[in-house]
Amino acid sequence: MQVFLSQLMLGLVNGSFYAMLSLGLAVIFGLLGIVNFAHGALYMLGAYAAYIGLERFGINYWVALVVAPIVIGALGVVIERLFLRHLYKIDPIYGLLLTFGLALIAEGVLRYSFGVSGQTYEKPELLSGATDLGFMVLPDYRAWVVVASLVVCLGTWFLIERTRLGATLRAGTENPALVQAFGINVPLMVTLTYAGGAGLAALAGVLAAPVIQVTPLMGSSLIIIVFAVVVIGGMGSILGSIITGLALGLVEGLTKVFYPEASSIVVFVIMAIVLMVRPAGLFGKEA
Amino acid sequence: MFKLKSSLSACSLALAAVFATAPAHAQVSGDVIRIGFITDLSGLYADIDGPAGAEAIRMAVADAGGNVAGKKVEVLVADHQNKPDVAAAKAREWFDTQGVDMLVGGTNSGTNLAMAKVAQEKKRLFISIGAATSALTNEQCSPYTVHYAYDTTALAKGTGNAVVKAGGKTWFFLTADYAFGTQLQTDTTKVVEAAGGKVLGSVRHPLSASDFSSFLLQAQQSKAQILGLANAGGDTINSVKAANEFGITKTMKLAGLLMFINDVHSLGLKATQGMYLTDSWYWNRDAETRAWSRKFFEKFKRMPSSIQAGDYSATLQYLAAVKATGSDDSDKVLAQMKKTKINDVYAKGGWIRDDGTMVHDMYLMQVKSPDKSTEPWDYYNIVETFKGEAAWTTKSETKCATWK
Amino acid sequence: MADGQAIPVAPIAHPAASTAQLSRLGLAVGLAILVLAPFIGLYPVFIMTALCYAIFACAFNLLLGYTGLLSFGHAAYFATAAYMCGWLVRSAGLPPELGIVAGVATSALLGLVVGFIAIRRQGIYFAMTTLALAEMAYFVFLQWRSVTGGEDGLQGVPRGKLLGTIPLAGAPHDKLFGVLPIPDDVVMYFVVLAVFVAVFLFIRRIVHSPYGQVLKAIRENEPRAVSLGYDVDRYKLLAFVLSTAIAGLAGALKSIVLGFASLSDAHWSVSGEVVLMTLLGGMGTFAGPVIGAFTIIGLQNLLSDRVGEWVTVIIGAIFVVCVIAFRRGFVGELLAWLQRRKRQ
Repeated sequence: MQVFLSQLMLGLVNGSFYAMLSLGLAVIFGLLGIVNFAHGALYMLGAYAAYIGLERFGINYWVALVVAPIVIGALGVVIERLFLRHLYKIDPIYGLLLTFGLALIAEGVLRYSFGVSGQTYEKPELLSGATDLGFMVLPDYRAWVVVASLVVCLGTWFLIERTRLGATLRAGTENPALVQAFGINVPLMVTLTYAGGAGLAALAGVLAAPVIQVTPLMGSSLIIIVFAVVVIGGMGSILGSIITGLALGLVEGLTKVFYPEASSIVVFVIMAIVLMVRPAGLFGKEA
Repeated sequence: MFKLKSSLSACSLALAAVFATAPAHAQVSGDVIRIGFITDLSGLYADIDGPAGAEAIRMAVADAGGNVAGKKVEVLVADHQNKPDVAAAKAREWFDTQGVDMLVGGTNSGTNLAMAKVAQEKKRLFISIGAATSALTNEQCSPYTVHYAYDTTALAKGTGNAVVKAGGKTWFFLTADYAFGTQLQTDTTKVVEAAGGKVLGSVRHPLSASDFSSFLLQAQQSKAQILGLANAGGDTINSVKAANEFGITKTMKLAGLLMFINDVHSLGLKATQGMYLTDSWYWNRDAETRAWSRKFFEKFKRMPSSIQAGDYSATLQYLAAVKATGSDDSDKVLAQMKKTKINDVYAKGGWIRDDGTMVHDMYLMQVKSPDKSTEPWDYYNIVETFKGEAAWTTKSETKCATWK
Repeated sequence: MADGQAIPVAPIAHPAASTAQLSRLGLAVGLAILVLAPFIGLYPVFIMTALCYAIFACAFNLLLGYTGLLSFGHAAYFATAAYMCGWLVRSAGLPPELGIVAGVATSALLGLVVGFIAIRRQGIYFAMTTLALAEMAYFVFLQWRSVTGGEDGLQGVPRGKLLGTIPLAGAPHDKLFGVLPIPDDVVMYFVVLAVFVAVFLFIRRIVHSPYGQVLKAIRENEPRAVSLGYDVDRYKLLAFVLSTAIAGLAGALKSIVLGFASLSDAHWSVSGEVVLMTLLGGMGTFAGPVIGAFTIIGLQNLLSDRVGEWVTVIIGAIFVVCVIAFRRGFVGELLAWLQRRKRQ
C-alpha cells in the first residue's frame, strides 16, 4: 500500500509538469495551428533563465518565477514575428519543422555554453523542508509544484474558455478577418498568444529547475511525451490536455509499481489505443 | 520522364560535397607518433576524466620530451558523448585515416568495449583507463587491450567486503543501466554473497537520469540495510542528494561502489563522511603524488582524480616503451610494456598481465569527517592496501579465453 | 486546419530530349566518381555510411515527396532492420545477404502494422502517430537488453562472406594492376554502391509506373482520387510499407558496414535528420535526398572534430533556413531556376 501511494504521489508531481507543458502546447496548437516543437526548448530556456538569473544577477527563485516567463515570452514574440508569421498559410508540417530547427539551435547553444551534465539549482529556503506523510517523506517543494501547476493550469483554462478576452482570442483565430473588422488587432493577439504559451513553458521550467538537473537536454527528453499527452487529450482541447497530463502522471506512477520497465512506454501505448478508438483524442473537437 | 537534368547538377553537387568533406586516407604513420584519446568530454563523466584527462596526457608527452625516438608526438582528442557507436566510428576512422598508433580509452565502459573491438581488428594498442567493466579482461579480453587503472572486480572486492564486514548484510542495488552498472552489480553481488550477505533486490536507472525519486522509493521498500550505488559521476552525486532529500539515509546506509574525489568534493564531507570507497590512487598518498598533483592543481584548480593520474602514467609508460624499442609498431611496443615494471607517480611495481590487467596496489579508503580534514581536498583516510594481485581477478576466476 | 492539404513540392519538370542526354551524362559522371572514390583517396567507410543514409533518405522521399505523407518516426524502421540483421549475422551466424533480407522483412512488417494504425489519419495527426509509435519502438529496443544490448548497442557484427564465398572485410589484393593501392573495405564498398544504384533505379521505376502516377494523384488531390474510385488507403499503405522496407534495407546495410546497431539509430533526432536531408536536397526529386544525405553526413563528419556542439546548432539553422527560404531544396530550386531560364 505504501509503495502504491508513494509512487502515485510522485506520479502526481510528474503529472503536473505534463499538464502545464501540454497546456501551453494545446493553447498554441488550438489557437494558432502551430505544432510547436520548440516547446521543450522554451521550457529548458525558462529553467536556464532562472539559473543564470541566480548565478549572474542574484535573482532569487520567487522573482525568477515572474521574470523568466516574461523573458522567454519576449523571445516567443521574436520567434512569432520573425518566423512563424510566414507559415500560417502553408501546410502545418512546415511549422513543425521550423520549430524543430529552433529547438535544435537552442539546445546546441546551451550545450556549448554549459555542457551536458547539468547545473544544480537549489530550492528556495522556504520550501526546503520535507513532510512525513506516513507512507513516504514528501519534500515540501514537490507539494508546492503540484499546487502551483494546478493553479496556473486552471487559471489559464478559465481565462481562455470563460472570459471575454479568451472568447476574442478564440474568435480571432477561427475567423481573423471578421474579428479584425471589429477593430481588434488580430496579429498582435496571435503574437501574444504564442508568447503566452512560451511563458507557460518557461514557468514550468522554473518550477522544474530545483527538482531535476538544469540541463540543455531536459526539454528534448520531455517534449515527445508531452506531444503524446496532447494527442491523447485532443490536440485543440485545453481542458483535455490538463486532465490527460495529470492522469498520465498517475498512470505512469502506477506502472512503476507493477512493471517499472514499461513506465516510459505506457504513454505511447495509451496513445496508440486512443488513436485507434477515438482518433480526435479524448476531448478533441475534430471529427 | 527523367528528372535527369536535376541528376546532372545533383551529381556534380554530390561530387563536390564528397570531395569537400570526405576524409582522405593518410599515410600510415611514418614520422609521427599519434596518441588518440576518446572520452566523455561534456557529459556526466566530464569531471573525473574529460578535458583534464586530455591535459594529463599532454603533460606526459611534454615530460617525455615531446619527441620520442626521433619522431614528434601528437595527441588527438574526441568526445564520444557516452555513445558506443560514436566511439567505435571515431576509433575506426582514426586508425584508418589518421595513422593513430595508440588509443587511450576514457570513461564509460560501453564505449571502451566497442573501442577495444576496433583496436583488436586493426591490431593496434588500446589502453583503457577510465572504464570500469571487468569484461575488458575477461569475456572480451584481447591481446591488444590493456586495462590500466581499475575494474569492477577490484571495486567489488574492496568496498563490498569492507561494508559487509562492517555489518551491512542486506543490500539493494541502484544500478546504471549499461555495461558498467550491470557488471559492477554482478561482481559486487558475488562478493557480498560470498561474505555471507544477501541481495534483496535491484532497480536500473537510465544513464544520466535526472530524477531518482521513484527508484529510491523502490529501494526503501526493500527494507535492505545497504543501498549499493552501482553508478558513477553525475549519477552518483544525484542519487546521494536525492537519498538525503527523501529521508532514505535515515533507514539505509549508502555504499558508493565507484566514487572519485570529484564526487566527494561536489557532495561535501558532511554528506559523505564515513563512506567506504575503493580507488587506485590518491593525490595525498605520498610526497611524490603531492608534488605532481600540485602541478595539476595549478592548471585546473582542482586535484587530479585517479583516472587523470592514470592517463598521465599510461602515456608516459607507452612513450618509454616506444623509446626503448625505437618503433611505434603496436606488437613491439606492447611486448616491451609487458616486460617492464611500472614505477612512476601513479603505481609502484606495477606490471601488465597476460589478460591485459595492469596489476598494481589498490586502496580501501574511508571519507573523513569534516573536522578531521586539514585542507581542501584532504578527504580520505587510507584504511587498507590491497597489494599486487590481491584485488584483481584470479586465474581460477577468469573468463578470458586466452589467459590460461 | 490544413489537414489533407498537399505539401507543396518542386514543380515536376518535363525537360526536352536534348537535356535527357545531358542528364544521362551527368548520371554516368556521378556514378564514375563513386566508382573511383576509394582509389583516389576518399575514405570508403565514410562514403558507405553516406550511401546508406542516402538510401534511407530516398525511401523517406518516396513517402513524403511522392505520396505526400510525413512520417516523423522513420528511424524506427532503420533501427529495426539494423538490429535484426546485426543480431542474426552475429549471434545466429547468418550470412550477410540473408541478414539483410531478414532486416528488410522485419521493417516492412513493422511498417505494415504502424501504417495500418496511422493511415486513416491525415497530415499532422499522421505525423504525430508515426512519431509516437516510433518512440515505443525506441523503448522496446532499450528494454530488450538481451538482444539489443540496450545502451551498449549491438556490437561486433562481422562482415562475413557474401553468398558464402566473397569475404566482405578487407581487400582481395594489395594493388590494382600492381599500381593503385587498394584500401581495405573495397569489396564491401562496391556491394553497398551496387545496392544503392539498384535502389535508386527501383524507386525511379516505381514513381514512373502507373502505380506511381496514382500516388502523385493522391498527393495532389486526395478527395478527387477517391472520387475516381481508387482505394486510396490501400495505395498509401503500400507506399508506406515500400518506404519502410527500403529504410530497413539502409539500416541493415549500415549494421554490416559499421558492425554496429545502436539506440542512436532509433532516436527521433535521426527521424528529424532524414526529414532534413530530403527537405534540403529537394522533396519529390530523385537526386535531392542523395545530395541532402551526403551534405548532412559530410557536415557532421567535417564539423564534429572541430566544433562539436555547433553541429546541432547548424543542423537546426539549416532547418529554419530551408523552411523559410529554401523550401524546394537544392534540386528543386535548381529545377525552378532552369524553368525560369527556359521561359526567358
